[in-house]
Amino acid sequence: MAAVRPMQWTPTAAAPEQDSEAGLSRRFLYYMALMREAEGRIQDKLYRQGKVLGGVYIGRGQEAIPVGAGLTTRPNDFLFPSHRDMALYFIRGVHPREVFAQYMGRAGGLTGGRDGNMHMGDMNRRISAIISALAAWIPVAAGAAMAMRYLGTSDITYAFFGDGSTSRGDWHEGVNLAAVQKAPVVLICNNNQWAYSTPLDKQMACAHVADRGPAYGIPSEIVDGNDVWAVYHATQRAADHARSGLGPYMIECKTFRMTGHSAHDPASYVPAHLFEEWARKDPIERLERLMVERGYAGRDEIDDIHAGIRQEVDEAIAWAENSPYPDPETLLDNVYETRPAGT
Amino acid sequence: MATTTYLEAIREGLWEEMERDPNVFCIGEDIAVYGGAFKVTAGFLEHFGEKRVVDTPISESAIVGAAIGAGFIGLRPVAEMQFADFITCGFDQIVNFAAKCRYRWGAGVPIVIRAPSGGGVHGGPFHSQNPEAWFAHVPGLKVLCPATAYDAKGLIKSAIRDNDPVLFFEHKALYRRIKEDLPEQEYTVPIGKAAIYRDGTDLSIITYGAMLYEASQAAGDLAAEGYSVEIVDLRTVFPLDEETVLASVRKTARAIVLHEDTLTGGIGGEVVARITEKAFEYLDAPVVRIAAPDTPVPYSSPLEQAFLPTAAKVTAKARWLLQY
Repeated sequence: MAAVRPMQWTPTAAAPEQDSEAGLSRRFLYYMALMREAEGRIQDKLYRQGKVLGGVYIGRGQEAIPVGAGLTTRPNDFLFPSHRDMALYFIRGVHPREVFAQYMGRAGGLTGGRDGNMHMGDMNRRISAIISALAAWIPVAAGAAMAMRYLGTSDITYAFFGDGSTSRGDWHEGVNLAAVQKAPVVLICNNNQWAYSTPLDKQMACAHVADRGPAYGIPSEIVDGNDVWAVYHATQRAADHARSGLGPYMIECKTFRMTGHSAHDPASYVPAHLFEEWARKDPIERLERLMVERGYAGRDEIDDIHAGIRQEVDEAIAWAENSPYPDPETLLDNVYETRPAGT
Repeated sequence: MATTTYLEAIREGLWEEMERDPNVFCIGEDIAVYGGAFKVTAGFLEHFGEKRVVDTPISESAIVGAAIGAGFIGLRPVAEMQFADFITCGFDQIVNFAAKCRYRWGAGVPIVIRAPSGGGVHGGPFHSQNPEAWFAHVPGLKVLCPATAYDAKGLIKSAIRDNDPVLFFEHKALYRRIKEDLPEQEYTVPIGKAAIYRDGTDLSIITYGAMLYEASQAAGDLAAEGYSVEIVDLRTVFPLDEETVLASVRKTARAIVLHEDTLTGGIGGEVVARITEKAFEYLDAPVVRIAAPDTPVPYSSPLEQAFLPTAAKVTAKARWLLQY
């Protein structure tokens, strides 16, 4: 890639000594709040200013899922995020600068302007870029997991998807193959109850996505997707299961999409009372209350975390806006390892 | 006496690459215990073990997707479609996932997808198609259609070593019909290079796959009439070896582009376009396409025979062209 890469990023909340419950709570809060702030700036500011073009799909209200799951990963595990999992990139050490530059189509973005929004990946940081056909990466995650076992490692893959994805054939083929092969895959469903404008009861006739697991012979559990600690513990169980050679494990995280499908969608088809109801279950506020109650952090410290994030985001946006656009001369590069004659 | 069939050549190439590189493995339907619907991988399970010869559910999308994922982790998967016709079930994984990863985020996808294609075996609409043109249209993929045992072996080895996704179309009608003596020593055939199968001066027939043998028969018949026909075997249909094609046409001034795939949107149109764009002033006659008509592949023998291009059809068209 011809991208101009910023330096390796060390998140301010990533100190390894913070593995106590208090420390882990701070890391949860940091990544969830960073995702909320970054996506908020993208959707509510940069998109409206015309600085971000094309589609914007955010995970507001669902941050506990990528964060709770993401903080159970080991460096050699390979992640397959969905389009509402921005925090996974931060947890993998992708710099917020690279993320903003990605959304603005700049050379400094993770794909150097080749693709937009959450369509970004990095082989070195072992995180894959999705394609728009949702759940296409479930078979890919299964194959990557099979390869990890082939090479004799204890690495695993994490595949994230939404409720709507489970209607696609790719999803079923991939889950079935993973199950048959006992491939070490953790399957994490972000059930936000809406696939674009289609509610869950028009998407499937079973009550829960997790009901689908037993049909493939894999253990599945349902967790409160707005409780980051619950997601974290469930994912640890799933990862232990996969890592010990028992095959895939599915977690259905119940949550709610607090926006439209994308920035241009006002979601007028969603009954207003549901937004009010789920706003009261906001995962970030909920974590903050718990941190204060248990004495993990005072309100002042929490405010400091948010202030630090706002500063970090300001700086990253400024960097991204100064990143050059990709050079049209590079248009033909990297279609193949070596450009064939006559193309 | 020639000893190695086209099928055995592919099998030898696969076998040698699996011996050479422990990261090469095969994945597909019925390829392990059964040895593959056409027996290309017969004996592989016994020799290489179940880790490296993986039977899958009937899930083409999962087979291709799993190959992509294994490629990310450093393996070199060889995925088999039981029939090329079923490749449509894995189409999204091939054209949207595998083909675009390197361009989008620098992730090479070093996979090979083997697909038995082609008619003339009474397979009917779903066991006879030649889908190469669909994939030649997708930037990021390489598409191979070997016609000889020598090329089949040399190209499968090159495909496995290539760091981009390669579609390898094996013509079913050639599997046991074509026999050649192959070199004792190891060799590969480069991707993207056509071969001059027969030298000539009066007319170029540009072809690939099973049609090579129809072209060859036509060239023999025309030789008896005093015409010298050159045959260009493309071997790789994308990336196209434009230089070899143009050099031949500049020499002969007349060209037929021949393929078994149906006419409209086939590889032939692309070859003709390149000839007229880049060698127009050398031509003494229009460039002619001979291909199957725009119908599904029919099952019953008289219909299938009428569908497939033949040496007789080529000879008739060539006579007209030579007198143009």
